[in-house]
Amino acid sequence: MRSTGQRKISMKYDVIIIGAGVSGAATARELSRYRVRACVLEKEEDVCCGTSKANSGIVHAGYDAKPGTLMAKLNVVGNWHMSELARKLDIPFKRNGSMVVCTKKERLGELEELCDRGQKNGVPGLGILSRGEAIKREPNLADKVVYALYAPTGGIVCPFELNIALAENAYTNGIEFHFNTEVLDIKKIESGFQVRTGKGDYEAKIIVNAAGVYADVFHNMVSKDKMTITPRRGEYMLFDKKVGSLVSSTIFRLPDEMGKGVLATPTVHGNLLVGPTAENLEDKEANDTTAEGLAAIKNQVGKSVKNIPFRQVITSFAGLRACAQTKDFIIEEAADAEGFIDCAGIASPGLSSSPAIGMEVAEMIQEKLHLQPNPTFCSTRKGILHPANLTIKERNALIREKPEYGTIVCRCESVTEGEILDAVRRPLGARTLDGVKRRTRAGMGRCQAGFCSPKVMEILAREWRVSLDQITKCGGSSRIIQGVNKDTWQGDV
Amino acid sequence: MEKYEIVIVGGGPAGLAAAVSAKEEGAERILILERDETLGGILNQCIHNGFGLHTFKEELTGPEYAQRFIDRTEELQIEYRLNTMVMDISRDKVVTAMNREKGMFQIEAQAVILAMGCRERPRGALNIPGYRPAGIYSAGTAQRLVNMEGFLPGREIVILGSGDIGLIMARRMTLEGANVRLVAELMPYSGGLKRNIVQCLDDFGIPLKLSHTVTRIHGKERVEGVTVSKVDAAGEPVAGTEEYYPCDTLLLSVGLIPENELSRGMEIHLSPVTSGPVVDDRLSTDVEGVFACGNVLHVHDLVDYVSEEAYLAGKHAARYVSEIGNSKQAGRGRKISVSGQDGVRYTVPSQIYPETMEETLTVRFRVGNIYKDRYLSVYLDGERILHRRRPVMAPGEMEQIILRREDILKRHDLKSVMVKIEEV
Repeated sequence: MRSTGQRKISMKYDVIIIGAGVSGAATARELSRYRVRACVLEKEEDVCCGTSKANSGIVHAGYDAKPGTLMAKLNVVGNWHMSELARKLDIPFKRNGSMVVCTKKERLGELEELCDRGQKNGVPGLGILSRGEAIKREPNLADKVVYALYAPTGGIVCPFELNIALAENAYTNGIEFHFNTEVLDIKKIESGFQVRTGKGDYEAKIIVNAAGVYADVFHNMVSKDKMTITPRRGEYMLFDKKVGSLVSSTIFRLPDEMGKGVLATPTVHGNLLVGPTAENLEDKEANDTTAEGLAAIKNQVGKSVKNIPFRQVITSFAGLRACAQTKDFIIEEAADAEGFIDCAGIASPGLSSSPAIGMEVAEMIQEKLHLQPNPTFCSTRKGILHPANLTIKERNALIREKPEYGTIVCRCESVTEGEILDAVRRPLGARTLDGVKRRTRAGMGRCQAGFCSPKVMEILAREWRVSLDQITKCGGSSRIIQGVNKDTWQGDV
Repeated sequence: MEKYEIVIVGGGPAGLAAAVSAKEEGAERILILERDETLGGILNQCIHNGFGLHTFKEELTGPEYAQRFIDRTEELQIEYRLNTMVMDISRDKVVTAMNREKGMFQIEAQAVILAMGCRERPRGALNIPGYRPAGIYSAGTAQRLVNMEGFLPGREIVILGSGDIGLIMARRMTLEGANVRLVAELMPYSGGLKRNIVQCLDDFGIPLKLSHTVTRIHGKERVEGVTVSKVDAAGEPVAGTEEYYPCDTLLLSVGLIPENELSRGMEIHLSPVTSGPVVDDRLSTDVEGVFACGNVLHVHDLVDYVSEEAYLAGKHAARYVSEIGNSKQAGRGRKISVSGQDGVRYTVPSQIYPETMEETLTVRFRVGNIYKDRYLSVYLDGERILHRRRPVMAPGEMEQIILRREDILKRHDLKSVMVKIEEV
């Protein structure tokens, strides 16, 4: 259910999850296995609008994190579950393998240490490759690369589709999602918590704080034990599919204090992605790219991969990782606020760990609420049908039945009107251009929505029965159209 | 499988002229495949005038110009299918296409004419730092919203790039009630036609800043402003020259790219300069029986030249079809390269067959800089056969020279034709 209007009386829930990013959505899905009255509060128009929308899309093997940390445990478990989850949720996931390259002979020790750490974390199949062996797999490794750690279980996933699929599945299993609903205040009350939002008051026995870079703000509303989440900006460049096969595995450099460094990877849809930078900030909204950041990517990626065709960049973007001071995930009940479960500091490998994070948090809730199983729980979700994956015969049968699959709307990514209608009409359907883009890839190709955006706007306006000028890029004040021809600048359109 | 003599991909100005010409040349079964819901291509949203001065000796709007060719297409009873997307063309010219009525279907063609046009370079290709708010449009997208839908994408406008569509949109947005604050151009010269600078900017008092670019986009949800900086000779922003322009919209007119996805799929040899196919004097690509014309071949300044070029492609496609199985087709004789240097960036065509070429051939090209008072010269190997004084040549305007077959045939051991710019 989508929230509408102001409410005078508190809406009562067993569980409120703050944030519809990948952690919140994974938690919601795991929670939907039980009979529970729960809702996800999201300040944005859609799911997957913060940290979850702008990252590397990597399912890490799990050799980075220090043994014994939550990151180490949940990454390996998350990675292990990803194959089955992707199958159940009908989303693309590929184990393309990952490589950490080392360009100095004397740093072999660090590579071996990483390998050793991975083995302790339970990562299967790790091995150190000589330059010759590495080059056989990846001919475009930089000339200076001397050794590489290879992890066959490393993978790539579409971060939007994973997040969206988890949310859709949770929703169809009974979890409510209230969008455009910003949490303004949280108070401890006898029965649990009172949550004041821009759309009215809520009450819940348990709160899951999955608010990404804002998790500290909510934690600090209920706990004296203050938390700080530092937004760490990562900038990226995305390349045309023409050059998507420059590397086949994900290529990392030896990690340092600020993370895993600039990587080069194919995306699960066949683009080349290069980034991220790492820059600690104070501003939790600063997901803008910078001249310095983009220059740094160009500088650094050449140390691991050569022949990067920078002329083929189709877009650049930045995301904010939510970094805790502890350098680990914080998944625990706040010590002085019973029932307030933090799911905070979910920086990398957060996406990789998300299946495990959802399970972990749901289990904590179950222990407190002793919920009954949901008898109608369905663990599968059908994704948007992509006619491009069908044979000509199947495709023609589809078009005969639903002619909208015979019209291409986005030329670059070959997205049909049928797919866009599906994205709009399905549970938690798209309301904005970005919503359509993340669900169907319309506008994500080399022309970056130049041709298809007017057509997608028309479809959105028709389907949601609003006028064209009400359509936004991503909710809020992001309206595409500002007026009508020859208007006099006065009053509304 | 359906069979056609000629399948034309694209029903814009190039595809229409090619179809008309092929029919006039005697081809019978011609089919135009158009992805949009009407014929005419991008001309349908070009509602300004200035089209057709060369072709019809009168000034028409884009839709009027297109209509003349659409009418002729109908008169000649040339078949076309609208809302039809070509998905793939094989090297043996099996065209796979799709629409709502027929689903996916295949056509066996004897000849194919590529006339898919071009698309605009997006923001991403420029790597402009900042947020990614609503309010950033390529000029052509804005043109569609304004001219076809009747909506203003914004009220306070900055335009980056002085390509023709950007200039035309500066005037259009002004006429429709918006305030165009600035046109910034990275290069020290405009990429558009001189007449558009005068008629679209100067006449409306819109400032054009050369050697300037947008170095930052402000506003998280909707554009709130842009930072504009001066650039040095290498195109790098000069620190300390930043100026902030509040605006709600940034229009981009930063170049056009021929849409050669299908050509690439066929492994047609493409030119790294034009991004279009490498063609010979018949506008044939290196895949036999596949011709190219219009903006998919190289980006034109005037539609009149598109029509002229497409006529040539249509004619040669029709002749190619009529000669299939005919002994005359065997061999075109020796091949000579045509190329540009010293400021001439490329030539179309880039190969000619003197023995079988037409009496005269128009060679089109663009120059890489502003050249004032220079000579345009043509060399046959070392020998200069043309030396024409030109007061000004600019990258925004397409240039042309005429090659005569007899000049070339005279020289039996000729290796190459070279077009260049020379000092006075």
